Amino acid sequence: MWHGDYVFVISNLVMKDFKVRYRNMSLGVLWSLLNPLVMMGVLTFIFTQIFPNPSIKNFPLFVLCGLVPFNFFTISWVTATTSLIDNGTIVKRVSVPSQVFPIAAVFSTCIHLTVQIALLLGLVIALGKGVNVYWLWLPVVWGLEIVFVCGLGLMFSALNVYVRDMRYVVESCNMILFWLVPIFYYSVPERFYSIYQYNPVAALVLASRNILLDGKAPPNTLLYKLTIVSFVAIALGTGVFNKMKDRFYDHL
Amino acid sequence: MPFIRFSNVSKSFSRHKPRMLLRSHFEALFENRMKERFYALKNISFNIQKGENVAIVGANGAGKSTLLSLAVGLASPDQGDIRISGRLVGLLELGSGFHPDLTGKENILLNASLLGLSRKEANRVYHRIVEFSEIGDFIDEPLRTYSTGMILRLGFSVAMSVDPEFLIVDEVLAVGDQSFQAKCFERIAEFKHSGKSLICVSHSGDVIRQLCERALWLDHGELIADGTTDHVLKMYEGRSVQRTRA
Repeated sequence: MWHGDYVFVISNLVMKDFKVRYRNMSLGVLWSLLNPLVMMGVLTFIFTQIFPNPSIKNFPLFVLCGLVPFNFFTISWVTATTSLIDNGTIVKRVSVPSQVFPIAAVFSTCIHLTVQIALLLGLVIALGKGVNVYWLWLPVVWGLEIVFVCGLGLMFSALNVYVRDMRYVVESCNMILFWLVPIFYYSVPERFYSIYQYNPVAALVLASRNILLDGKAPPNTLLYKLTIVSFVAIALGTGVFNKMKDRFYDHL
Repeated sequence: MPFIRFSNVSKSFSRHKPRMLLRSHFEALFENRMKERFYALKNISFNIQKGENVAIVGANGAGKSTLLSLAVGLASPDQGDIRISGRLVGLLELGSGFHPDLTGKENILLNASLLGLSRKEANRVYHRIVEFSEIGDFIDEPLRTYSTGMILRLGFSVAMSVDPEFLIVDEVLAVGDQSFQAKCFERIAEFKHSGKSLICVSHSGDVIRQLCERALWLDHGELIADGTTDHVLKMYEGRSVQRTRA
């Protein structure tokens, strides 16, 4: 029925998000940097002064390696979840396939967070870790993470049309995840390690540290678990979305 | 041959608008009473061929907008079958995709893409849209600085630029001042002459007589009459007058 150009629509929606966000901010891009820098400062203070952990060298960089992927995941999950409600007037009035809204929300978070990623990579280079050949893995693991969040976003945006408090469920999950993702700790005990690899957010953090701090490729077990979980999520998300989208009009 | 076909289509909504909270879903699980349904459309059947211009008339709440939403594919019917072949564009409200913080130009491109134009097509029709809408230098200003009339003019211009086989419009013909309205009518007439279909809702008998040769009359979700505009309007207007007297 709709014979448009998905790439063009999604890029326009991403552009809209970006421009609307930055036209209403006097400090613009600096806001995106402020959050990870403040968190990095606070966590560094706590885990070097109050609960010192001498086994972790260069704690600020270590913690930033956890915060940036975690931020990307939480922000894109929440914005994707509310995207159908936020764009409710368009969903109800224009016959564009509604999948484009959660997907565009994820990609606009990507753009929003490029400065944070640039900050992380810049710090890695500035502190003498240097660029190595394993950096080629970064787009792979981030790409898989994007696939995963798109899947979650499709599922939760559809659910949010029916149960409007889904947003708070997502926010609570994110709070729990802050502790379950190895952001400020390192050594996950052996018996939990394989379970941690199934959590795509934890997997992204572990893989980023392997690549950026240790200068080695992420382990194969982690890569295949991340791939499986991401594609299961996108399949499930698409399924749930397609099942529910016919009734969006009645409930928006 | 492109066509729109409704066969025995019904559409209902639940009468008490459910509150979309977790609590009300739980309550619904325990309360075992049948939900009251309200039928917006009951057993509607008709065909529209490409090249036919059809008006839909009826009182407020007769199901006109629901019918258009179904035709555009925004809503899906409870019963019956809707078949559509050909490119169809629906505008249930002018400028629904507009954002006040984006400039006129950005809004044009965003809306064109939502309506199904590719990047190449959108760039091709862009200048025609700007020229037709008479927005002028304001095109690079954010939309919140526009007057209501300017926004409607821009919305109409984008809609007409998509060039579909079926154009479905809901009450959008009251756009702008008199001279702009005349221009809109001219544009729609051109659209008709190129053998395309306009399907519209309007409360103005004059507009309908001028644009459409066929009319459907809906009343409380039922299709009361389907025929030439003059015939249907005579029945409809006669009935409305009766009702005001009573």
